[in-house]
Amino acid sequence: MLLVSLFVASFVIFGAMYLAPGNPIAALSGGRSLPPQSVHILELRYHLNAPFLEQYWLWLKNVLHGNLGVSIILQENVSTLIASRIWTTAGLVLYASIIILVVGIGLGVLSGLRHGALDTSTLVVTAVSAAIPSFVAAIVLILLFAVKLGWFPALGNGTSFLSNVHHFTLPAFALAVSSLAIVARVTRASVREEAAREHVQTAVSRGIPTRQVVWRHVIRNAAIPVTTISGITIASLIAIAAVVEVAFSLNGLGAYLVASAESKDLAVVQGISLVLVTAFVVVNVLVDILYAVLDPRVSLGGRAQ
Amino acid sequence: MSVAAAVPEEATRRRSVWSLLTSTGPVGMAAAAVIAVATFVAVFGSLLAPYDPDLSNLSLSWVAPTGGHLLGFDGQGRDLLSRLLAGARTSMLGPLGVVVICMVAGTLLAVTAAWRRGAVDAAISSGLDIMFAFPGILLAVLAATVFGAGLLAAAVALAIAYTPYVARVLRGAALKERSQQYVAALEVQGVSATSICMRHLVPNMMPLIVAQSTILFGYAMVDLAAISFLGLGVQPPAPDWGVMISENQSGIVQGYPLSALLPGLCIVLVVVAFNVLGERLFEQAQAARQ
Repeated sequence: MLLVSLFVASFVIFGAMYLAPGNPIAALSGGRSLPPQSVHILELRYHLNAPFLEQYWLWLKNVLHGNLGVSIILQENVSTLIASRIWTTAGLVLYASIIILVVGIGLGVLSGLRHGALDTSTLVVTAVSAAIPSFVAAIVLILLFAVKLGWFPALGNGTSFLSNVHHFTLPAFALAVSSLAIVARVTRASVREEAAREHVQTAVSRGIPTRQVVWRHVIRNAAIPVTTISGITIASLIAIAAVVEVAFSLNGLGAYLVASAESKDLAVVQGISLVLVTAFVVVNVLVDILYAVLDPRVSLGGRAQ
Repeated sequence: MSVAAAVPEEATRRRSVWSLLTSTGPVGMAAAAVIAVATFVAVFGSLLAPYDPDLSNLSLSWVAPTGGHLLGFDGQGRDLLSRLLAGARTSMLGPLGVVVICMVAGTLLAVTAAWRRGAVDAAISSGLDIMFAFPGILLAVLAATVFGAGLLAAAVALAIAYTPYVARVLRGAALKERSQQYVAALEVQGVSATSICMRHLVPNMMPLIVAQSTILFGYAMVDLAAISFLGLGVQPPAPDWGVMISENQSGIVQGYPLSALLPGLCIVLVVVAFNVLGERLFEQAQAARQ
């Protein structure tokens, strides 16, 4: 199913150049007027004189060999341009995912197990922060922690691993904020639901230590919906990272995607879109594998209901 | 159960808009009030604006609130309050467009799948599954590259990306409704499929459709504002909350945060209202179906 999704996505990404007003040459050149020999190069590169499906097939074969085309603006291989930026995006998404999993699930479990002030305040805070778009979170974080307190840099990448972590902290939190709130709310609800089950109350009444009851009976059973929502939100970060990268002037794939969309550099947009969609699908596959590990009843290959 | 008795039974499940709203409690009512105010401003905002939202006077850039200008000026010396009021229009109209397209397409797909079942259902369902692989923002960026940046391309792209989510939830509801006795009763009476769907199935799914639309509006608002923030949606100098944040982001570092923070606050406020109301309506819709 996921392979089919990927196939269809690649078809849409390729077909996009035919949807553009005018001919594919106009789409590929972003409406610039080109000298005849450049047009000829484009025609050869995309096999524009061949039938449409053959063009797509030849393009797909190139893509699978790692040849994503050439940027019309920088005249460089798209693969090279992507490779130099991919680690910024991957690092940012990974950092944000860790924050979401640790803080979101931790907060959800705590507020699910305890009633009272902590629970109520978590509910209110997460209801509001779930609605904070990443770019609004970005400007608030820059204002508080970069301008007022000066703890973190406001813009740009770092130069070493540690300085990268330092530079990525605010962007990662900006990226994580709304997903974190959603994960916390779902975790809280499913912990609450599991804790009220009869088998948990039986375990408690039999004098099994709370710690063990919580880990073995509550958290393990609550893990399935939590995995689902974490998977969905983390996969969605891959696309939203673009917004955060622009807000913090990070030199990542997303920011480059947006810049290329503005300058109508179609080959780059196609290449980056493909990489992001692939990453999106891979995260979903990983989540499916995780289901089978968490819940022996789930068999791989079967469709989740 | 007799055929005649089955039909009026479904009518009792329908409720007026007002009773649906009051059932969401004081928090839901407050959220509805925020949405009402935002809608009012979106319609009449440019008339309410005390100054021309596009009139720029660079000598006034970043000037703090003064007598006649309640919120001061933005980075290009334009009246901030006027821009916020006028900006509500595109900020609300975009998500509205997304929701309308999505709901019409989602309901059509869901009802068709549930009514025809079998191969048609299988085809629609797997088609929707495949579309899941395309994140909304990515599709919007692709659309902006091909068709040029603008609100329309972004809204249509988002609607296409959201439709599978909507259709999947509605399909479940439509299937359940399809299996109700009153549908069989109407079929026996010889009422046409289109008429059963339009007059009975869809109206009975309305609470869920309304709840979905409300939640979706919040998501669409965030994503469209993000796309405008990136420069691929509403084009400056048109006032739009997303555009205003990106225009005035430099003020954050220079010590004039107001012009970027206030549009952000507007977005968060409206989105919280839609989320809260949507959640309540969703709970209501679920409870009514039990």
